[in-house]
Amino acid sequence: MSLKGAAYIAGAWEHPTRKAPDKSIALLHAECAKGALEDAGLTKDDVDGYFCAGDAPGGLGPLSMVDYMNLKCRHVDSTDVGGSSYQVAVGHAMEAIAAGRCNVALITLSGRPRSEGQATGTAPRPGNPAAPEMQFEFPYGPATANLYGMCAQRHMYEYGTTSEQLAWIKVAASHHAQHNPHAMLRDVVTVEDVVNSPMVSTPLHRLDCCVISDGGGALILTKPEIAKSLKRPLVKVIGVGESPKHQMGGDVDLTYTAARWSGPPAWEMAGIGPSDIKYASIYDSFTITVLMQLEDLGFCKKGEGGKFVSDGNLISGVGKLPFNTDGGGLCSNHPANRGGITKIIEAVRQLRGEAHPAVQVPNCDLAIAHGTGGALGTRHCGSTVILERE
Amino acid sequence: MAYVARKIPFVGTPDTNPETKPFFEGAAAGKLMLRRCTSCKKVHWYPRELCPFCFGDCAWEQASGKAKIYTFSVMERANPPYAIGYVKLAEGPSVLTNFVDCDLAALKIGQDVKVTFVKTEGDGPTLPFFTPA
Repeated sequence: MSLKGAAYIAGAWEHPTRKAPDKSIALLHAECAKGALEDAGLTKDDVDGYFCAGDAPGGLGPLSMVDYMNLKCRHVDSTDVGGSSYQVAVGHAMEAIAAGRCNVALITLSGRPRSEGQATGTAPRPGNPAAPEMQFEFPYGPATANLYGMCAQRHMYEYGTTSEQLAWIKVAASHHAQHNPHAMLRDVVTVEDVVNSPMVSTPLHRLDCCVISDGGGALILTKPEIAKSLKRPLVKVIGVGESPKHQMGGDVDLTYTAARWSGPPAWEMAGIGPSDIKYASIYDSFTITVLMQLEDLGFCKKGEGGKFVSDGNLISGVGKLPFNTDGGGLCSNHPANRGGITKIIEAVRQLRGEAHPAVQVPNCDLAIAHGTGGALGTRHCGSTVILERE
Repeated sequence: MAYVARKIPFVGTPDTNPETKPFFEGAAAGKLMLRRCTSCKKVHWYPRELCPFCFGDCAWEQASGKAKIYTFSVMERANPPYAIGYVKLAEGPSVLTNFVDCDLAALKIGQDVKVTFVKTEGDGPTLPFFTPA
């Protein structure tokens, strides 16, 4: 049985903070939960399913957080696949709702890497040496920026993609961010600004990289009967897909992402294709992340992403595929170093007609929110959510 | 870009995962040790006891040390800068590594490289790295 339409996103809320040294991570999660419940017109007593990932504090995050928020849940899920966990959670929450395991699902994300001074992209983070890959990777300095830099370098080699083409992705994000009062970077930038910004890890410049921000977000998913009893515009989940990609025993191919595998089941469930999409939230840890995912989701042919993103094609009101109209991770927010949930929140704003008027897509009835978690250069998960305004 | 050696960190010890201890013993003796499946005959990376292609049992063998650069990225923000990359070994699999004793600005995809060995900092083990052939 298809899960299409088994759940609606009834509440969506993004924390306005980008720097929160005086708040605990647990409090940020709870403030996001409160915001999303108020947005939906529900209360904490209505929540009977809770979904979080590795950013939830404590080794047993879902238990710590349901205790902290004093939620009475019948169902918890803490699948952690990095920044893509929240698209995955939407799919899992829809399954749980369809199976009758919960009626109102709460998904939260929060963190404060900015206040904690984390050099997210440039300092390799040691992990548990018992992770089987750790001793074969960590000594070689796999920081986030160089793991994505390797993908960009190979994409340029195979397809002739240029730094100027990648820069157009940042340019588009900056055009949108100027209208978002909460965005960290609100100045409109040019292709020249991007390619002349300092090199971080070849071929990625500083302005090819996302921001480091504190904050978070939350979503409320619920079954159709409850969603239709609320006063908010109806945003139906019509397609989901998830898939990990890794080094495949040494058969490494860095020219594509897991979106190649998470996209097709989502498109099939939704019964639509890329040409039907009016607005796209695409994970933007780096410019190259966006370009590769657009190719792998089928918005253009493999290798033609550079041409596709050029000349403002991603700018709302200018190009054919408005993307990340809140400014995305590249300009607005990348809370907890995980941008999945903010992708879904901006897609919900667009479908409700509640995006900033300067970037609102007219008659926006179909949107995609795609996430990537982990690192494209080693192992990651792709997760796709397709939404429809009813 | 002149090459400046950096301190190579290591987490745990070669004993942390008993499965891969022979790899580190090989590297200490200047040998890049690989795992080949006794069943499907394929070589994989990183080394595992059970073949990731067929779950067959694997045996150790010494690599030729010959490889080509699949991709790389020079972390210019680091001090000193260093070049991470994948090399495709002559035996098949691609391996994450760093390029040492070379002009980091002259690295090219497709370039021939060969294995060399560098000791990690403190009491850490010796590991394979690659340098232009």
